[in-house]
Amino acid sequence: MLEIRDLHASVDGTPILKGITLSVKAGEVHAVMGPNGSGKSTLAQVLAGHPAYEITSGEILYKGENLAEMEAEHRAQQGVFLAFQYPVEIPGVSNAYFLRAAYNAKRKAEGLEEVDPMEFLDLVEEQLKLVDMDPAMLSRSVNAGFSGGEKKRNEILQMAVLAPTLAILDETDSGLDIDALRIVANGVNALRKPDNATIVVTHYQRLLNYIVPDFVHVLAGGRIVKSGNKELALELEARGYDWLLEAVA
Amino acid sequence: MSTIALAAPALLEQATAAAAADAPEVLRAERAAGAREFRALGLPTTKVEDWHYTSVSSIADAKFERMSGDAAGVTAETLAPYVFSASWPTLVFVNGSYAPALSSTSALPAGVQVMPLAQAVTQLGDVITRHLGTMAPASRDGFTALNASFLGEGAVMHVAKEMVTDVPVHVLFVTTDAGAGGMQHPRLLVVVERHAKAVLIESWIGLTEQPYFSNGVAEIVVEDGATLHHLKVQREGRQASHVGTIEARQGRDSHYVSFAYTTGAKLSRTNIYTVLDGEGCGTTLNGLTMLDGSQHGDVQTRIEHAKPNCFSRQIYKSVLDDTAHGVFNGKVYVQAIAQKTDGKQTNNTLLLSKTAQVDAKPQLEIYADDVRCTHGATVGQIDQTALFYMKSRGIDNERARQLLTYAFAAEVLETLENETIRVALERGTMRRFTAFVD
Repeated sequence: MLEIRDLHASVDGTPILKGITLSVKAGEVHAVMGPNGSGKSTLAQVLAGHPAYEITSGEILYKGENLAEMEAEHRAQQGVFLAFQYPVEIPGVSNAYFLRAAYNAKRKAEGLEEVDPMEFLDLVEEQLKLVDMDPAMLSRSVNAGFSGGEKKRNEILQMAVLAPTLAILDETDSGLDIDALRIVANGVNALRKPDNATIVVTHYQRLLNYIVPDFVHVLAGGRIVKSGNKELALELEARGYDWLLEAVA
Repeated sequence: MSTIALAAPALLEQATAAAAADAPEVLRAERAAGAREFRALGLPTTKVEDWHYTSVSSIADAKFERMSGDAAGVTAETLAPYVFSASWPTLVFVNGSYAPALSSTSALPAGVQVMPLAQAVTQLGDVITRHLGTMAPASRDGFTALNASFLGEGAVMHVAKEMVTDVPVHVLFVTTDAGAGGMQHPRLLVVVERHAKAVLIESWIGLTEQPYFSNGVAEIVVEDGATLHHLKVQREGRQASHVGTIEARQGRDSHYVSFAYTTGAKLSRTNIYTVLDGEGCGTTLNGLTMLDGSQHGDVQTRIEHAKPNCFSRQIYKSVLDDTAHGVFNGKVYVQAIAQKTDGKQTNNTLLLSKTAQVDAKPQLEIYADDVRCTHGATVGQIDQTALFYMKSRGIDNERARQLLTYAFAAEVLETLENETIRVALERGTMRRFTAFVD
């Protein structure tokens, strides 16, 4: 589904990713871990198409297509979803309107009829339960005044509505208490299907107790320095990152 | 005349004649004062600090004739897009004169009176005698003087003590092609007696692409414990010049809640002045200005904290496109006696083009030492982070930009208490920026 080959990317001329190679197949969950500044979030942003990041070499193939050439909105319409580390507040646009606009954009790209507000409300009702969200949150402005936990649940709600093929969760566990973490993780697990894949970017192993990965990759200095299975995450939790960084150096 | 006054000979000639013409007894002195003051004041040049960013020389040089009052061709259907609810008490003025056929006051709540000034001179003579010219004296500036010299059109609204109503009273000033080249100087006088609550909408509607000049003055008294919500909608024609002054005086524990919605006119200036003249009162002055083409829109507010323990809140937003020019000057005066004043002013402008411009000037003058007053102004383009967020959800660039523009404007519309008004203005704004509504 996703083939990243020797990817180099920079922001404002500063190289951040220095040769990432990663292959993700349908049905898999990959965890990307690493210390602060290792390039984890950059990788997530690059995959989603953030305009501030420039791909300087290498390639990203998504379902066989060159992802780097697609605008962010087209990636989303093709099933790529990024759950933001810091979800953006948009005062003045209701959550319901925003969700439906996103949903309809995808429907349109798939050649399907757009849904009206009533149809959409029926559809979103189930998804709200998934993240234990009060329907009243739909009429509030997108993320405006939401607590940290509410924002992250709102990200997962969007993910549930858009049913992405490739979901990238960027430090979704940051700032969450254990209850909110469970809700978010349960939502993500419920959305796992044999034909979709998830990349979980996280600093801590804790999240991986709830979202169990098939593969764990450690990013340092813009490269994947070690890959393994879920045991690697436990080892990192126990020993920290330093031993690995020393071994690589 | 001088560097601070523009001679306006055509206007002066007409003002002098108007003041000399026969007038109802209760208006005579104010008219005379108007003509006298206008002769002395003229119109302000851009050398006058308050008018630094807005030149009115085009008004001084023009030869506007008083509008004829011809209401031909204006029907309820014509006005439907501008009347928020046909069931609300409505006074309509067309081309400067009261149009009884288009007006209806049958739905007036008990204790609320609203009528044309011409009728009020007999029925509400004591209200006029007591208040007219006291909030907005003819000596204030050239435009107010000019308005005074033509006193005769406009409306008086009186809300008896303890009468609480949420039903808006709507006063519309409509100009059609028959008003082309014309001018109107209506006066509104609103008195909300103690512990009463009322809602007033003042609309300025242009149904012509021809030039004309509107120069309105609203005087507002909010007595002790009373509340007035006052919406001013300025949707004048694209070639119009509009100057509108609102001057309020507030009693103890009163609340004045104003919203200025501005999309019209080629050249416009809105003044909203209030004096918090009793302890424990509050003022909320919010507004939204949306301009494009070569429109020029200037909003000036002045809040005078004259007594202790009062609060004021201001949120003004502008969305400017093409070569439009917006001006916001927010003045807050806190007198030495007005301790514990709590004032907050926010002014945000969104520029949609490189050639649009804004002059934002917060102005705080504080003479008391135990107060909290803040102000903040931002000028910017579409928020790139929010834009990427929307795009990352599949919403295309154009639509995301439209939605964010709408959202910027809608945020301040959310402060409107009346849902019918809020929804109507939100829909209008949605249509303006996104070409879709639902």
